[in-house]
Amino acid sequence: MVKGAEVVIIGGGIIGSSIAYYLAKEGCDDVVILEREYASWGATGRCGAGIRQQWGTEMNCRLAKGSVDLFKDLSAELDYDIEFAQGGYLVLATSQTQLEQYRRNVVLQNSLGIPSKIVTPQEAREIVPILRTDGLPGAAYCPTDGHANPFKTNLAYLRAAQRLGVSFYKFTEAKGIEMKGGRVRGVLTSQGRIETARVVNAAGGYSAQIGKMAGLEIPTYSERHQIMVTEPLDHLFDPMVISFTSGLYCQQVPPGSILMGMGDPDEPHSHNITSSWQFLRKMAREALKILPILRDIRVVRQWAGLYNKTPDAQPILGQAERLEGFYMAVGFSGHGFMIAPMVSLILARLIMGRKPPISVERLSLERFERGELVIEPSVVG
Amino acid sequence: MDEDTIICRCEDLTLKDIREAIEQGCTTLEEIKRATRCGMGPCQGRTCLPLVSSELARATGKKVDEILPCTVRPPLMPLKLGTIAGATNG
Repeated sequence: MVKGAEVVIIGGGIIGSSIAYYLAKEGCDDVVILEREYASWGATGRCGAGIRQQWGTEMNCRLAKGSVDLFKDLSAELDYDIEFAQGGYLVLATSQTQLEQYRRNVVLQNSLGIPSKIVTPQEAREIVPILRTDGLPGAAYCPTDGHANPFKTNLAYLRAAQRLGVSFYKFTEAKGIEMKGGRVRGVLTSQGRIETARVVNAAGGYSAQIGKMAGLEIPTYSERHQIMVTEPLDHLFDPMVISFTSGLYCQQVPPGSILMGMGDPDEPHSHNITSSWQFLRKMAREALKILPILRDIRVVRQWAGLYNKTPDAQPILGQAERLEGFYMAVGFSGHGFMIAPMVSLILARLIMGRKPPISVERLSLERFERGELVIEPSVVG
Repeated sequence: MDEDTIICRCEDLTLKDIREAIEQGCTTLEEIKRATRCGMGPCQGRTCLPLVSSELARATGKKVDEILPCTVRPPLMPLKLGTIAGATNG
């Protein structure tokens, strides 16, 4: 193992791998990624694969739009097919009040260059022919939303970073962070010590634990979210269909399988990633309410992963004020994969002391002490 | 064995696809699964994963029984959505 590095990144998921790539692209290739398991073991490999720009806060709209712009050229840039496709997102409304909220969101999204719009139940059915629209007041739709293969996107960034000189240590755990005089000095790992002045916490579900190693209280917590997937079918529909009322999301992915996930408001804070039978039943019932034609389709697999959440459902990005050299890209609250490209480009620029394409000062760790929260209402799953 | 031999019938993967994943740095079944989708189709790896295990053992110089299996994910056999939704037990 190397004895020292300019930057040590803790976490080899989509966030850690893409930060390493953009750092190397910006000219800093003396970078080490530590991964306790292997790439995509954690939240990246367990996520719903969707890429959505229809957000309720300006910050998330900007991060998501910027990421879509990067996703478009990513397969070519990284020389690895990440299966990015823009099949859209159809956001179902279950009440007139919710539809009015969507109208306001669409105005904000349009002002930021996101081509979302409100659609009638009939138009929704043209977009998703198998959708049951009884009692549906309307929906919001954005044709440039879409999906990509999370495993492949993770590997694409990782391999590209490695080609540029980044070192990747899998099955290597961060055990401690050394500090002196309010600065990062090194990282202790299961394979030895690495001297460094900069460490990036990209540990997903374990972000708070990494914070503790540096004496920082990061107000993130983890929560199990589950997904199931069916056998492959002929092409039925393009967009991700979601509902903020039930918390359901559902999409036909490239192999033809239909992937569906849903959160549970009673889910406790934990690192539990075992699958439950209760989820399977609740998910099947909710899915059949809107897509009853799928009754005879078989579920082949279910799994679970962690949302790493913050009190305002927005990520924590940037350097800690009280610990020089400690950077964070954590607390994505269920939407880390889709905003990873722009977030990681921003982090790389901040670490290099350069101006980021979008200012993320409002997403600092210290916003929680100051009470300057910007709550994102449009979280699903 | 011919490199064009189909290893994973559900996902249409050949021995060459598996060898490429190993060459690119995969050293466990879980990594190969994520990189290639091997074992993610309707049979959930019943046919392919034993074959991939022996290929991985050969490439890494390990014994086949030293290759850790993938996490077993429910349901153990494909179940219809309607059947699951209709279940009242539990």
